[in-house]
Amino acid sequence: MSDEKILLTEKKNGVGIITLNRPDKLNAFSDELTFQLQDALKEMEKDKDVRAIILTAAGRGFCAGQDLQSRSIAQEMGERPSLGDSIRRRYNPIVIKLRRIEKPIIAAVNGVAAGAGASIAFACDFRIVTDKVNFIQSFTKVGLIPDSGATFILTRLVGLTKAFELMLSADKLSAQEALELGIINKIVAEDDLMKEAMALAEKLAMGPTKAFGLTKRAVNRAVFDDLEEMLEYEASLQEIAGRSDDFAEGVAAFVAKRAPQYTGK
Amino acid sequence: MTMTYKNILSAKEEVSAKSGINIGIVTLNRPTVLNALNHELMEELVTALEEFDRDDSVRAIVLTGSERAFAAGADIKEMSDETTVSIMLKDRFATWDRIKNIKKPIIAAISGYALGGGCELTMMCDIIIASESAQFGQPEINIGVIPGAGGTQRMTRVLGKYKAMELILTGRPLLAREAYELGLVNKVVPVELYLEEAKAMAKEIAGKSPIAVRLAKEAVLKSFDGPLNEGLQFERKNFYMLFSSEDQKEGMKAFLEKRKATFTGK
Repeated sequence: MSDEKILLTEKKNGVGIITLNRPDKLNAFSDELTFQLQDALKEMEKDKDVRAIILTAAGRGFCAGQDLQSRSIAQEMGERPSLGDSIRRRYNPIVIKLRRIEKPIIAAVNGVAAGAGASIAFACDFRIVTDKVNFIQSFTKVGLIPDSGATFILTRLVGLTKAFELMLSADKLSAQEALELGIINKIVAEDDLMKEAMALAEKLAMGPTKAFGLTKRAVNRAVFDDLEEMLEYEASLQEIAGRSDDFAEGVAAFVAKRAPQYTGK
Repeated sequence: MTMTYKNILSAKEEVSAKSGINIGIVTLNRPTVLNALNHELMEELVTALEEFDRDDSVRAIVLTGSERAFAAGADIKEMSDETTVSIMLKDRFATWDRIKNIKKPIIAAISGYALGGGCELTMMCDIIIASESAQFGQPEINIGVIPGAGGTQRMTRVLGKYKAMELILTGRPLLAREAYELGLVNKVVPVELYLEEAKAMAKEIAGKSPIAVRLAKEAVLKSFDGPLNEGLQFERKNFYMLFSSEDQKEGMKAFLEKRKATFTGK
């Protein structure tokens, strides 16, 4: 355990910047990181001086999603895990906050965004990414369902056909493909990412924040009116997937770095 | 003249300039404790409601709290050391019971927490306007008691046995949307607008014949109290009774003359 903070926040020119900071783990979500992200979002929501938010990460990855090697998953694996509860406590509150904070939120995606890492980026309002970024709906690789809103947020972003393909294939989606699908706003050179994200955020922060917030509220009503209900449903289904033999096999294979042998059970 | 209170604010607002008709607005105001309903507050609240009830210029009352909380519950500190005998002898619900006697319609404008006593107080109102952030619940079970100001009865009559049982036994709150779907609130509006919406509703009602409004409220409440037949008879009597009012004459005359009625309350 290092003394390094796993989540950094700073405030600059009306912009709140949240940086996931577990670069050696590709910023995978440990329990602690999800809770710290929840707290940071709450703070930025309350802070009247923050009028736009950037969510980014340190190192070469944005977020690898759930940390499958973290202690809690290993413990949960002892007896079949309760993934539903974990999602309800850890991930769903993040997605709800990202949608409910009435300030523009920009995901500055600096590297691979996999699993819940991709879902969290999808839940933001803007996505600016580097040309090295891939989005991966990696959940089904280990026998799970996409969660943290991905089943319906991605579907609403790109339409059913492509979304379902991405979820079942768990293929990498390049920045260019993501741009063509309308998932992201802009591709920038790696060195320019924070500069570009800051420029957009500062511009948004000087805008009519109340009107922006009300616009977001209306858009939420139009497109995510069932947000809580769908997240709860996803959590229930993940609970079922988490009890499957295939998930146990998926995690075992992942940890052992071998190909999984799925049985469909 | 308007009294000054410590735990609430009481104000009148004119329906339209020079009409002389007002709505009354009572605002629970103990912000540091999320408007916890202690005895002193309840006394003041009932006094203010009764004052409006006696004031002929006031035709409807809006009851509200703050954006963050209508009322988060009873004041637990005040109760924690009571015994069966001491709490019975204090008979604090006697104050609450006086709200039942208010003849004018009370429109609740609810945002944030309406929990425990806050939820029960809400359910004593006649119309409930909620902000998107409102939440309603009876969490008493979590501190080893049960609702004591009508929650088990009023919630059950509104939601039915099964939903009421679930909420009272688990203590789980209902969010605004869910409360709307279950019929506990009349309307859910954005948080910036809930108070205006409630005032608009109060002002609309303030334009009706006050005597008809009074007898209508009485008749609707009667339906909670007894068998259907009794309620129907009660309604019929109130209906006949209105034919001795000037407002009935004016209302029907205006209707036939295709003009807007001017009600005097006589």
